Amino acid sequence: MTAQTTLEPMIKADAICKSYGSLEVLKGIDLQVASGEVICLIGPSGSGKSTFLRCINHLETVDGGRMWVDGRIVGYDLKGTKLHEQSHKDICRQRTDIGMVFQQFNLFPHMTVVENLIEAPRLVRKEKKSVAAERALRLLEKVGLGDKAGAYPRQLSGGQQQRVAIARALCMEPKLMLFDEPTSALDPELVGEVLKVMKDLAQSGMTMVVVTHEMNFARDVADRVIFMDGGHVVEEGPARDVITNPHNERTKSFLASVLSE
Amino acid sequence: MKEDSATLTAPAATAEPSGDAYTVVKARHPGRWVSAVVILAVAGLFLRSVLTNPHFGWDVVVLYLSEVSIGRGILITLELTAISMVIGTVLGVIFAVMRLSTNPVVRTAAFGYVNFFRGTPVLVQLLFWFNLAALYPVITLGIPGIHLDANQLITPMTAAILGLGLNQGAYMSEIVRAGILSVDNGQIEAAEALGITRMQTMRRIVLPQAMRVIIPPTGNETIGMLKATSLVSVISVPELLYSAQVIYARTFETIPMLIVASLWYLLITSVLTVGQYYLERRYARGNQRALPPTPLQQLKKFFRTHDALSLKGGRP
Repeated sequence: MTAQTTLEPMIKADAICKSYGSLEVLKGIDLQVASGEVICLIGPSGSGKSTFLRCINHLETVDGGRMWVDGRIVGYDLKGTKLHEQSHKDICRQRTDIGMVFQQFNLFPHMTVVENLIEAPRLVRKEKKSVAAERALRLLEKVGLGDKAGAYPRQLSGGQQQRVAIARALCMEPKLMLFDEPTSALDPELVGEVLKVMKDLAQSGMTMVVVTHEMNFARDVADRVIFMDGGHVVEEGPARDVITNPHNERTKSFLASVLSE
Repeated sequence: MKEDSATLTAPAATAEPSGDAYTVVKARHPGRWVSAVVILAVAGLFLRSVLTNPHFGWDVVVLYLSEVSIGRGILITLELTAISMVIGTVLGVIFAVMRLSTNPVVRTAAFGYVNFFRGTPVLVQLLFWFNLAALYPVITLGIPGIHLDANQLITPMTAAILGLGLNQGAYMSEIVRAGILSVDNGQIEAAEALGITRMQTMRRIVLPQAMRVIIPPTGNETIGMLKATSLVSVISVPELLYSAQVIYARTFETIPMLIVASLWYLLITSVLTVGQYYLERRYARGNQRALPPTPLQQLKKFFRTHDALSLKGGRP
């Protein structure tokens, strides 16, 4: 049905549902993200933000509804009227277009920084070491860690590790970047350096979906803010409007409690 | 001198003398002295009996310690240990990965293997393999054209390798499984999100990190395997114990020959223990900030700080 439209949204979520046992985490989420758009997902913990984010790259399988990324259904192939579950290999291929940054960085501790960056390009895209390393060093320069290529993750601060994690995701040249509370595990004085890298990335035109509690970042960098609560999208709109002038009562009380800190 | 420093360092307002002014009296530990005396007395009595009882036959022990057939036995013991550990480790990794598979049939098959080989004594397994020809005189593997004589195929040595290797595989799979499970799930998610396949993730991300948990018990298993090889003497593989038995069957010097075998086992396991100590240190790097010094380093430090000559007090 969307085949006729010339400009496909980068992400299209249609009534996404997800349960863990009897616990309904997502109760029908609809969302469209245009190419180049920066979206911040905000909301109280347990509201389903992270789960929804993980549905986008199929780290979680959805129980109901459909997710499209770049015009293709995530995790399934549409043949006629039937949806065929994709093979592990096809799922992996689709994931290479979607970069992800985790709260706990999840760098590979037994590899140096540059090895962390070139691992996936070499294994998945079968790139030559020299080609991948050249791009890796350029990306490390971009996140301000050009001199740390030979260091091991444990020798870096949390902020530096998270910047490496961003560079690692970018090294696969994704069309879309997902951030799952990227600054929540950081000491307060290290948050700024990571947000700056993310802001630069947003300004370079990358499509980004960011789960965050950093309201200033959401207000200044995001195009749109989505407020989620109890597995629903409660309010959405232009970032500045939602954060400075929320309409929904739940959004108001959430923002009041977050901003008073 | 002490009083001087006390008055110099003590703040004017407080009258308390600084710590230097007191003499520290160390706590006495009479219990330590009593237990040390008792242990030394018992050890002395034991040593006297070991040295004076002629049945130990120390002259015979010395004579046979470097016997050629004993040397050959040691080589076979080492060979069996190495081959069985390699087979065990390879099988262990395969079955550990199978145990963690999403396929219930694969998972159950791996569990069945581990349960069977851990649940029956190695000695019984060795005898089974040795007597395989009684069960299957001809081995065809169900493939037409293959026609193997079990009596020729299953020599004592192959029976020993099969028995020890398959049994070790079951134990190693549990060790490897514990190692794999010790790796943080976030590592697997990060690899998945980058589009790395499951097998690649296992090989490149999970197993290298699992090594820290796998290596120490594997060293233990190697020492255990070295001793377990003595079991294959019952199926007449001429390893260390069997070689000793052959000699005492002829000379009736049973106790001295068992001492010869024991001394060799003890020497080899001691060497392996030292090797394991350094291997564990190597894999503890990065987990601890600073490693404690090795005994060798402590000894060197002792001789650097305590001049060996001045201890004797002979220097002018």
